[in-house]
Amino acid sequence: MADETNTGLQSALRRRLLMGLAGAPALALLPRQAFAAGPPTAMVNTSGLAVTDTEVTVGILHSATGTMAISETGSIQAEKLAIEEINAAGGVLGRKIKIIQEDGASDWPTFAEKAKKLLVNDHCAAVMGCWTSASRKAALPVFEQYNGLLYYPTFYEGLEQSKNVIYTGQEATQQILASLNWVAKEKGAKTFFFIGSDYIWPRTSNKIARKHIENVLKTKVVGEEYFPLGHTQFNSVINKLKLTKPDVIFTDVVGGSNVAFYKQLKAAGIDLSKQTLLTISVTEDEIDGIGGENIAGAYSCMKYFQSLKNPNNEKFVAAFKKMWGEKTVIGDVTQAAYLGPYLWKMTCEKANSFDVDKLAVASADIEFKEAPEGYVKIHPNHHLWSKTRVARALPSGQFEVVYESPDLIEPNPFPKGYQ
Amino acid sequence: MEHTPMAHRPAAVAAGVHDNPFMKPMEWVSLALLAAVILVVLPILLDAFRLNLVGKYLTYAFVALGLVICWGFGGILSLGQGCFFGLGGYCMAMYLKLEASSVENTKIQSTPGIPDFMDWNQITELPWIWKPFQSLPLTLFLVVALPAFFAFVIGTAMFRRRVGGTYFAIITQAIAAILTILIVGQQGYTGGINGITDLRTLNGWDIRTDSAHNILYFVNGGLLIGCILFAQYVKKSKLGRILVAMRDKEDRVRFSGYQVASFKTFAFCMAAVFAAIGGAMFTLQVGFMSPSFVGIVPSIEMVIYAAVGGRLSLFGAVWGTLLVNWAKTSFSESFPELWLFGLGALFIAVVLAFPNGLAGIYRTYVEPRLTRKVKALAPAEARALPHGTPAE
Repeated sequence: MADETNTGLQSALRRRLLMGLAGAPALALLPRQAFAAGPPTAMVNTSGLAVTDTEVTVGILHSATGTMAISETGSIQAEKLAIEEINAAGGVLGRKIKIIQEDGASDWPTFAEKAKKLLVNDHCAAVMGCWTSASRKAALPVFEQYNGLLYYPTFYEGLEQSKNVIYTGQEATQQILASLNWVAKEKGAKTFFFIGSDYIWPRTSNKIARKHIENVLKTKVVGEEYFPLGHTQFNSVINKLKLTKPDVIFTDVVGGSNVAFYKQLKAAGIDLSKQTLLTISVTEDEIDGIGGENIAGAYSCMKYFQSLKNPNNEKFVAAFKKMWGEKTVIGDVTQAAYLGPYLWKMTCEKANSFDVDKLAVASADIEFKEAPEGYVKIHPNHHLWSKTRVARALPSGQFEVVYESPDLIEPNPFPKGYQ
Repeated sequence: MEHTPMAHRPAAVAAGVHDNPFMKPMEWVSLALLAAVILVVLPILLDAFRLNLVGKYLTYAFVALGLVICWGFGGILSLGQGCFFGLGGYCMAMYLKLEASSVENTKIQSTPGIPDFMDWNQITELPWIWKPFQSLPLTLFLVVALPAFFAFVIGTAMFRRRVGGTYFAIITQAIAAILTILIVGQQGYTGGINGITDLRTLNGWDIRTDSAHNILYFVNGGLLIGCILFAQYVKKSKLGRILVAMRDKEDRVRFSGYQVASFKTFAFCMAAVFAAIGGAMFTLQVGFMSPSFVGIVPSIEMVIYAAVGGRLSLFGAVWGTLLVNWAKTSFSESFPELWLFGLGALFIAVVLAFPNGLAGIYRTYVEPRLTRKVKALAPAEARALPHGTPAE
């Protein structure tokens, strides 16, 4: 297993170097093309998409209502911001982006229905959307059947790869493995206790984490518990935590359950400044609901935190707050959603076309150097190369980054030895 | 269900039930109107995508129809019809999923030949509950039989103990919640919260194409009209009258020597079977099934369809379902962030202004005028009927 990780890192490095060389001429071309008049519509659109000489239609499909709205609103805002910026800079292939927004209403079948509407009725050239795995699973057959293109922003469980989807969030191994290595090395962790919401993402993530802990780190998982979505009573599992005293509590509890979980943890006297807790499901958005004081001290592993210090991110945070208000916070998925429109634009420009078939091929090795998270590149498997970071939650609701993987981590949606 | 109205009518006349024909003239007009809209007007006016949407709405109409029988006539309010819709849908989905999970389609998995979600959950062979769904005839039988059996067990257990009214409604709701938790929790066997997705073919026939959607739409419409006729037959039969009597004065019916529990169980089972047919048609047309159709919220939504349409009217239930779903889709397309308010306003307006729903509006304002017109057009036929339009 260790061998495999090593080759992964080596090849990551190698590819990055190669990409640096290959990317340079492509980038020099970009600004010139963005401001020139676009190529004729007949040339860039041979598959009946909603593209005119002056406009191209893109769909946004997230939950603006229902239980997921609290999480997905950030993604909608980020996508609108990116599209506005792209339009201000001359659009895509000389065309202004027109948005059609649909509401998935936190209801998976509605996602499928609206996805079909965006593709069949509106002929959207691309769709930025979906959030939960369930909504993606519901919409995916629609995108594959009608040959649409979906930019999916959420970190997710992997085990999927589609010509019609670009995954701008991390897949599970990218997010988890580096942070487990970190916690084993820095905290000397020997025992882990898993707590998750009961659906595919936590279950798959924990499966990967367990294999890594048992087979690679040679340490132990002392408990694994799941709770239905929306569950708010964690007293029994907190008692088990007190009994087993794990070195690390590893959580992937999602949505509203988070609020109850961290409050009850605090009420039960588990002090996160002494007890190591590593979560893969809490971003700045969730802390907004949990309350910074309830989760301060916990470690979260993500690829992006609002507090990242780099010029791209400072620009992005300022623009985001200017458009959506000073009080808004930006979480990992929000940033990943912001990447979608830009990656699509760059892919269109590389392919000199809006046709999905051409974009699916051209997507490979598209690199985005202005990404707020630093630098990303699309892997031929349609996932992104990205860094993983571990950060500590502060009472203010922000995170303080304590670890950053040295290299970009290769996305590996079908990890051998982890299934 | 194959009871055609034409065959029935002379039989009724022969039995000497002159004042109780299978359908009153106005009801024939309603049926013709509904059939014309579903089978002719909508397919002509709408494009393939919208027609498929209407097909989806019409699958809910099966549930609303069952509720008219069970709630409107029988007085048994079930807030758990999503269970049966889901059971029918899951039976169909399991068959389709097995067909889509052939060894060559799933060779990327650790165990090829089983559904993908089982593979993700480290299940290495097909569980026994899935085995019957390898056969299409058995699946079609189970689509109807499983919900009927389930409803029979619940009905017998409840009605024999004389659990009724609100208590029954609450219990059905609890059952809906339990079933959802079961499905979500046992994700290795059920697909969990994602549901069963990516269904492709029915016995080799690709159900994802536009032409397949069209055919399924007409099959769905035909089945719906069949169900309306069957429900009408039950409504007009002695059984239907006992149901209404039971709703209005249960004790009197019991003292007259009827086994009330059996009648209630029958109405409940019938509603369950209707819902299950709807569920199976839903799976075929939409291409997946998930626990979000089984729980409490969808179950209540289905009651709303019947309420908006008018819980005493079979046709009203179908129109109500179409109206609510159309409103839902068009509000949410026009105002993605505000549409729920619009929908809420519609419900409040209906309940406040028209407690008997669409059918109530029709009966109060439209029918009297139409009847006069029809009479004026066909004076001979009107005179032939001794009572004109008998009051119900």
